[in-house]
Amino acid sequence: MASAFEYAPAPESRSVVDIAPSYGLFIDGEFTEAAEGKVFKTVSPSSEEVLSEVARAGAADVDRAVKAARKAFEKWSALPGSERAKYLFRIARIIQERSRELAVLETLDNGKPIKETRDADLPLVAAHFFYYAGWADKLDHAGYGANPRPLGVAGQVIPWNFPLLMLAWKIAPALATGNTVVLKPAETTPLSALFFADICRQAGLPKGVVNILTGYGDAGEALVSHPDVDKVAFTGSTAVGKAIARSVAGTDKKVTLELGGKGANIVFDDAPIDQAVEGIVTGIFFNQGQVCCAGSRLLVQESVQDEVLDALKRRLSTLRLGDPLDKNTDIGAINSSEQLARITSLVETGEAEGAERWSAPCELPSSGYWFAPTLFTNVTQAHTVARDEIFGPVLSVLSFRTPDEAVAKANNSQYGLSAGIWTEKGSRILAVANKLRAGVVWANTFNKFDPTSPFGGYKESGYGREGGRHGLEAYLDV
Amino acid sequence: MPTTAPAFSDATASDSALRRFLFGLPGVDAVGLEARAASLGTRSIKTTAKAYAIDLAISMIDLTTLEGADTPGKVRALAAKAVNPDPTDRTTPRTAAVCVYPDMAATAAAALAGSGVKVASVATAFPAGRAALDVKLADVRDAVAAGADEIDMVIDRGAFLSGRFLKVYEEILAVKAECGAARLKVIFETGELSTYDNIRRASWIGMLAGADFIKTSTGKVATNATPANTLLMLEAVRDFRAQTGVQIGVKPAGGIRTTKDAVKFLVLVNETAGEDWLDPHWFRFGASSLLNDLLMQRQKLSTGRYSGPDYVTVD
Amino acid sequence: MSDQNRLGVFKTYKLYVGGKFPRSESGRVYEVTDSKGQWLANAPQSSRKDARDAVVAARKAFGGWSGATAYNRGQVLYRVAEMLEGRKDQFVREVAASEGLSKSKAAAVVDAAIDRWVWYAGWTDKIGQISGGANPVAGPFFNLSTPEPTGVVAVLAPRKSSLLGLVSVIAPVIATGNTAVVVASADAPLPALSLGEVLATSDVPGGVVNILSGVTAELAAPLAAHQDVNAIDLTGADPALAKELEIAAADNLKRVLRPGPVDADWAASPGTHRLTAFLETKTVWHPTGALGAAGSSY
Repeated sequence: MASAFEYAPAPESRSVVDIAPSYGLFIDGEFTEAAEGKVFKTVSPSSEEVLSEVARAGAADVDRAVKAARKAFEKWSALPGSERAKYLFRIARIIQERSRELAVLETLDNGKPIKETRDADLPLVAAHFFYYAGWADKLDHAGYGANPRPLGVAGQVIPWNFPLLMLAWKIAPALATGNTVVLKPAETTPLSALFFADICRQAGLPKGVVNILTGYGDAGEALVSHPDVDKVAFTGSTAVGKAIARSVAGTDKKVTLELGGKGANIVFDDAPIDQAVEGIVTGIFFNQGQVCCAGSRLLVQESVQDEVLDALKRRLSTLRLGDPLDKNTDIGAINSSEQLARITSLVETGEAEGAERWSAPCELPSSGYWFAPTLFTNVTQAHTVARDEIFGPVLSVLSFRTPDEAVAKANNSQYGLSAGIWTEKGSRILAVANKLRAGVVWANTFNKFDPTSPFGGYKESGYGREGGRHGLEAYLDV
Repeated sequence: MPTTAPAFSDATASDSALRRFLFGLPGVDAVGLEARAASLGTRSIKTTAKAYAIDLAISMIDLTTLEGADTPGKVRALAAKAVNPDPTDRTTPRTAAVCVYPDMAATAAAALAGSGVKVASVATAFPAGRAALDVKLADVRDAVAAGADEIDMVIDRGAFLSGRFLKVYEEILAVKAECGAARLKVIFETGELSTYDNIRRASWIGMLAGADFIKTSTGKVATNATPANTLLMLEAVRDFRAQTGVQIGVKPAGGIRTTKDAVKFLVLVNETAGEDWLDPHWFRFGASSLLNDLLMQRQKLSTGRYSGPDYVTVD
Repeated sequence: MSDQNRLGVFKTYKLYVGGKFPRSESGRVYEVTDSKGQWLANAPQSSRKDARDAVVAARKAFGGWSGATAYNRGQVLYRVAEMLEGRKDQFVREVAASEGLSKSKAAAVVDAAIDRWVWYAGWTDKIGQISGGANPVAGPFFNLSTPEPTGVVAVLAPRKSSLLGLVSVIAPVIATGNTAVVVASADAPLPALSLGEVLATSDVPGGVVNILSGVTAELAAPLAAHQDVNAIDLTGADPALAKELEIAAADNLKRVLRPGPVDADWAASPGTHRLTAFLETKTVWHPTGALGAAGSSY
């Protein structure tokens, strides 16, 4: 339905970012080709346009990068914390200076709206480096005893949903505590990590402290199983997380895993309904639902179910899907054809199992990978769409009658990453938050992140915390 | 004419019934509300959309002068501006109304006769509303008799804040009865109600009492229209129409000075109440200096050059 | 009448599961000898079904124990110390026999074990303050991190330190509200089985600590693979077994505490490491907002 007030296209300029036709691996401070000479293409998911060709790391490259990181570790870990802090502050500042360029780059490579990269990803990336920069010379006071030591070389593997933010979550605490890193970005979003390598050069970071290996799962596997890696940090699927947990058995490697989720967003009948609807939308449609802590299960009290669903559908109808570079776009592209296929298949399963599908009326662009905001009603705990992580813009709606039932259903999952509570009654928030088996509980809000706030899961959502004072522990020998 | 929408006739049956109804409305989370308003404020309105929004905003202005120093000359000048905002460009739309004190309503009516621009008059002992009911009603009668097409009343905030909701409601009913054919805008003075929960409750009292418009503020206190309180009131009229079929207008007033601000409010309207409200009949800006900024932006769009204050009229 | 004329009464050592003292469902026992090979007693040889029952008991107890106030848990742990103090002689005998220590050295070990309960009794209502707290997020939100117990923890007790090591691995697990399924040292299980009797009379709710004796690998394997066990302490496993168990534990991503050196000095100050190993951090956000709408702006 065309509105009288049709927003004209408002595209962010692409000219702020200059993407080279090809990139090498960043090892020991230099860009270099992969040992086997392999490369792969990275495409823009909103247009399928090839953005660049990047080197594909193999086992030999992993070995070279780990050696470089090991070599750099001696000096880096011996630096006074105040000096390491200054490098990190430099990096934070350069990220701020180049934030528009990085936001556009991230939007191009990932497909998420510029509104999100500009207002969420990039500010949080810079904030993360600022936060951990300040810890570097204060580790004695962090509650882990006097003079806590770094672990050594950290092997870090990150996903494609928040490429630069996940890089920041991994690299900032690792460097602040005196570790050196080898990081592998996801194969569908390698570019922002390579731009970060350039930022390390601009900041004068010593060679080998940060090494970036672009590549596929085989490179990630080679990295986490490399015998000279002391610390493994992984964000991604639960299946890969379990494989990593197996592979480090019998070693001294310290591991943190930030894995999948099936977050329950619980709306009580005394909720602030309009804000709850916004929270539901933010919970599952932020970043096209490709968020591990997404509120992908809406648990709504039966007494307000119709009211909430009507409001939700009305609201979803106003979401603007399309060109991620357009400043008014709310819903961008799905990151890859593989992910789109997975979402599509799970949605088909939902329909086949009898859940009722409703999708927002929006026109999907003809090229690129797109999925309309979708919700399922008539869902029970037994439905696949209520149990499996879809990692896409698909909300499963379940109802409950009492707070006890809400908590029981919310906790009835192998995951335990996030949950939401919506009620105006303070005591109910505290009681329910207390009972939820989830690492992050948002009450009357959702999907809020901050470098000072620890993040991580219970149960099969992984272990360890990233962010805050807690995030230091993962990189210290304590 | 029914004074209360039938769906809610029970709600106003007694003081305690009204209190129960108002306290049964969903609460408002301040941070979430303001975040939503701020998020809509990041919409980027360019080129054709901007041109549309500027003309729409001009046509929604209640061009206002509410000063102790108002004179017939000042009011006539404002009326001329309302009818012909940009003498250099006759395609510029007229404003919706000129808003004055009751004693200036006749002057305004004479100056605007035949123009299509409405005469709006504040009344009910504006802005404090601290007068006996019969004085307030006399104020309304005077304004209507002087030719006001629209009456902007203030609610009794003292009664509201002390919990006498039925008194607030009944006073609006009484004023509405005096309005005759004039449309009634009910001003809450949101800055004095202080909380968003109160603004939502006041909105419902006003809507139940037959307001044609609900309006944020007088422009005479520290905090006037904000994106958040206007968003909240837009949600109220949206919900009221969904439940009763009755459409009610919204008027933010005070503090909206720039085109950028005005466009943000129009985005709020578009994405909250919907396009049915994108019409001067259902949405107004209570403003004065806003008009010149809209005109300068309009000139910029048509000429490609930035305009300056010397190229718009000062009235 | 002298003691020499009186025939002593042997004790039948039993498991401690769900607050009760069952025999192994397998009906099997094995011989426990002292450090010189002299027979001391028969101990139940627990089966995987005993382990399963113990997990059920531990899960059942988790809600109540984790929901108890930290103050209450502290009182209960202190009560364990009191009860142990009263039965010191028995434990000195058992430790001396199990570990081949002199009576005075064994007494020192028992004293240290009692003091260890006291140490952890004092931690229950403090660990939340040192490992949690408010986080100063950049926005209008109150943000608080609190530690919560991980759940059911399988504990492989140290192979050598039959009482002090045992207490040092059990007390931190339950201090924070977890419940435990403990596999006692296979060679020296008697102090562990006797500790069950102390726990049963110390206000520790049934099922909070469950103690099994038997072949470590036989019991540890089903526990490491159990989908309703949330964490595992591998202290009592040798390196080969520890690796195997860590792999099995990955199936439901159990939190794993790897074994330290086999000759660990259990008398050393324990620190907080074992408390935090079985804690999850939960972070709760809530909007703070302004006092009124008047504070808002563009």
